[in-house]
Amino acid sequence: MLKQRDQSKLPNYLVLSLLALFALIPIVILFFNAVKTTVEIGRNPIGIPQEIRLDNFIQAWDQGGYAVTIRNSLIMMSSTIVASLTIAGLAAYALARLKLKGSALIAFYFLVGTSVPPQLFMVPLFVAWRQVGLINTHLGLIIIYTGLYSPFATYLLRSYMIGLPEEFIEAARIDGASNLQVFRKIILPLSWPGFLTAGLVIGLNVWNEFLFAVTFLPDPALKPVATSLFEFQGRFSRDWGLTSAGSVIMVIPIIVLFLLLQRRFIEGLTQGGLKG
Amino acid sequence: MASSVVKTTTPAQPTTGPTQSSFLATLGRWSFILPLLVLNLIVVIIPSIFGLMLAFTDWSGYGPINFVGLQNFAALFQDRIFFKSLGNNLVWTAMFLTVPIFVGLLGAYMLSGIKRGQMFFRVAYFLPYVFASVVNSQIWRQILHPRVGIGPILAEYGIPILDFPIFGTRETALFGVAFVDGWHFWGFLVILYLSAMAAVDSELYEVARLDGATRFQQFRFVTLPSIRPTLVFTILMITIWSSLVFDYVFMMTGGGPANSSEVMGTYLYQNAFQRFDVGYAASIGVMMSLWVMLAVAGFVYLRRRGWEI
Repeated sequence: MLKQRDQSKLPNYLVLSLLALFALIPIVILFFNAVKTTVEIGRNPIGIPQEIRLDNFIQAWDQGGYAVTIRNSLIMMSSTIVASLTIAGLAAYALARLKLKGSALIAFYFLVGTSVPPQLFMVPLFVAWRQVGLINTHLGLIIIYTGLYSPFATYLLRSYMIGLPEEFIEAARIDGASNLQVFRKIILPLSWPGFLTAGLVIGLNVWNEFLFAVTFLPDPALKPVATSLFEFQGRFSRDWGLTSAGSVIMVIPIIVLFLLLQRRFIEGLTQGGLKG
Repeated sequence: MASSVVKTTTPAQPTTGPTQSSFLATLGRWSFILPLLVLNLIVVIIPSIFGLMLAFTDWSGYGPINFVGLQNFAALFQDRIFFKSLGNNLVWTAMFLTVPIFVGLLGAYMLSGIKRGQMFFRVAYFLPYVFASVVNSQIWRQILHPRVGIGPILAEYGIPILDFPIFGTRETALFGVAFVDGWHFWGFLVILYLSAMAAVDSELYEVARLDGATRFQQFRFVTLPSIRPTLVFTILMITIWSSLVFDYVFMMTGGGPANSSEVMGTYLYQNAFQRFDVGYAASIGVMMSLWVMLAVAGFVYLRRRGWEI
């Protein structure tokens, strides 16, 4: 199967394949179980399904309230992405291009700010949000997510903007463009890959986020997919086919997006140092 | 603090060229970064300061706030469950500093030696990392289930090692949860190490090969020293993240059975949102912050000592 010159690489491929099986088999089992009945899972817990039944998906979609929870997640994802990218785009532009005095201090501030344990500020934040009526609102969580993720986006976008050629900006300035106009007309069109990467990572984080969602959104009607699925798993803990189908519904959009845009995902997630 | 929430999006004032006074120009430049600073202040910094202060109170989350000095910390140091959690965080750190780093280095080194199929393996290893914790915990709850998992199958083949409730047994619960978290995490390390290894000068390997170095020796004396900054960085990240663990423990065992898998994150959560002992919870948050500060201080110290990290 392998060509002559690849023979010495055989040990590499052997180890790599074993690792790939370790990563992928559990995911394959999840997909298998999603199309099995509970009876079949009892008989055949990890093997290939005898027949493919899609009933679990229909039932999970209904019982799990996915029509609502996906909408909730999408509202929070899109708002957080737009808000974070706006705030981070402006800040990154200032840090990369406007020669701010004290930008080293700001970098240090965000190093400290991003390594504070969420558990330290979560409780006071909860109390404050309760005071102003932001508990059980999407807006409350969107503000938190934007606050948590825009430093990461700033960092990522700044490294993009530093690399942009100075000539374009100079030319625009000579034409009398203001800082904001330079940002809109020159910086934004040139650094869109950075925005795409940052947006993808933020979207993924909001989709998957659990701790803040479970704390700040107890109302079932407002829950995003993650916390709603957790509750669904608890309600149908013996119905493995059903809960597996619920999980598959949650990961399918992620798998599709990830396979299409894997370079950007991997780049964004490994550069930002965000906990996933 | 509360009312300022609404005002976070102060519109950035554009400055118009060099004719304006330099004060206005500076103000204009700063206004670009202001929304970020204000939002971070509201969501992270100010609540963190309140978090520190609440650790010295007996507040329940409602009503008047009484300062009680170091009472919470005195109680914390006599709290067996807190020490159990702290110990579990330490065990967690030790596990994550060894197994995933070893597998990550192995995977990256093997991957750096091949060209064909590299993309496939990278995607495969990274996939669990983009899955939600709520999905990953479901996957392994089923696979490791004593009745509908691989346990009974292995037992049938005469290997009765997994046919017991791993997450429901005191001795194994923490390790089971750490395994699941580790399964979703190691691929992330592979990618980090791989990109560090790709930057290593290939001439160094040539020289090592000419000197008759085995593949392991090449790894030990060329690869490892060359990727040291990345390695140290991941050690720092793992040390910090290990103190913050929450999702997988909360979902899979809830800290049980009998607090055997309790970590500081879940114990804090329990105190804050189930027992309404906000002051006590805040003091646990302070301990977690101390852990993070120690890790960062160690990092800075190594850097001062001339380590290129």
